[in-house]
Amino acid sequence: MKYVDEYRDPELAEGVVSAIREKSRTPVRFMEVCGTHTVAIFRSGLKELLPETVTLISGPGCPVCVTAPEDIDRVIMLCRQPEVTVATFGDLMRVPGSDSSLHQEKARGADVRMVYASFDALELARKHKDRMIVMLGIGFETTIPTIAAALHQARQEGLENFLVFSAHKLLPPALDALLSAEEVHIDGFLCPGHVTTIIGTNPYQKVVNRYGKPCAISGFEPVDILQSLYILISQIEEARCEVEIQYTRAVRPEGNPRAREMMDEVFEHAEGLWRGLGPIPQSGLMLREKYRAHAAESHYDLTVPPAGEMPGCRCGEVLRGVCTPPECDLFRKRCTPTDPYGPCMVSSEGTCAAYFKYHPE
Amino acid sequence: MCLAIPAKIVNIEDGMGTVDMAGVQKKVSLILLEDAQVGDYVIVHAGFGIHKIDEEVAMESLRILREAAHLLDVEDPAGPDEVTVTGFGTEEGDS
Repeated sequence: MKYVDEYRDPELAEGVVSAIREKSRTPVRFMEVCGTHTVAIFRSGLKELLPETVTLISGPGCPVCVTAPEDIDRVIMLCRQPEVTVATFGDLMRVPGSDSSLHQEKARGADVRMVYASFDALELARKHKDRMIVMLGIGFETTIPTIAAALHQARQEGLENFLVFSAHKLLPPALDALLSAEEVHIDGFLCPGHVTTIIGTNPYQKVVNRYGKPCAISGFEPVDILQSLYILISQIEEARCEVEIQYTRAVRPEGNPRAREMMDEVFEHAEGLWRGLGPIPQSGLMLREKYRAHAAESHYDLTVPPAGEMPGCRCGEVLRGVCTPPECDLFRKRCTPTDPYGPCMVSSEGTCAAYFKYHPE
Repeated sequence: MCLAIPAKIVNIEDGMGTVDMAGVQKKVSLILLEDAQVGDYVIVHAGFGIHKIDEEVAMESLRILREAAHLLDVEDPAGPDEVTVTGFGTEEGDS
């Protein structure tokens, strides 16, 4: 596969590993922010290739995992409305709210459809004018423009039965929140490639300027990740601190302005509620006044009580990089991929699921 | 969630493209791209093209990577004479 196989080349990987070994002197802890990176790191076994000086910790970049239980409860309320069809990306189906999941609700008869793209949900709205189609807006900056584009189209077509429930999250404010909490020591970030394809490098400047933590924007193949680690290690050994793009084939410094315009046309910033991290200012999105008629909360009262803690579940700490999966008493016992308890085991990109799959007992 | 396999555009009709992704054909919206054309490789996320790959940038970054991994003399018949960058720095990404 073009632009892929080159970055899976074992000889090339070996070369980069040697370069890392030569360069690395100072013990460092880097956080891979993105769930897709977490899975790639576990699957390729590249942690085993790294010198002892380099530790990788997983962060809050699995969109399904960081969705607050209160938001799942709101989604459950929505799918229980007789005229509502919920359209969602598949990963969210099994994520637990306070007392149910979309999967359980579907089994009880709720109309829940898995879609491949937001335009599939638009098509449902065109075909079923007697139904209210609610697209679930879960995801980071990579997904947000795709939901925005559907809302833009719905407004143009006057599709009044196309609604969005926006639980979107913005990643840079979460990095800010992690660093300002000072709960976990991080020397640099392996930053998400496709989020940065959209937002560009500018939003990471705060991490660099205020906190002095290097950022490498990384692709998803093993050689990409190794090269990004080399970039971070080089910066630390050379006492530099910058945002550097490793994933140049997919990321421009300015990002994708057209996609950002689409986001800004439809959404405005609001407080975001994160599982594990709590409320973070300016990290969420709500529909602008012009689009408010397409907001699920404009049609339904989605007030829910605060969700209680899930007894024993340490997903919050896992998402903050404070705890690793085996340190949780439920891991591999009460909580497994076939019968998951916490969201980090539910999602295929969750740290616990990746750990379970690639670290045999 | 992030599908990192670039897809080749094989057809465009009314702003919707058909892409080939490792042999699988899919419908993709091209509305978020400036100037996508048939034959271009694009990064696809949730059914939308979000980035068009610049072939030159991709090849250049790979060349620098190989050089830094001490493999260029094996991989590239152009030889090391033309190479001036020795690190993994990504200055070339700004071009």
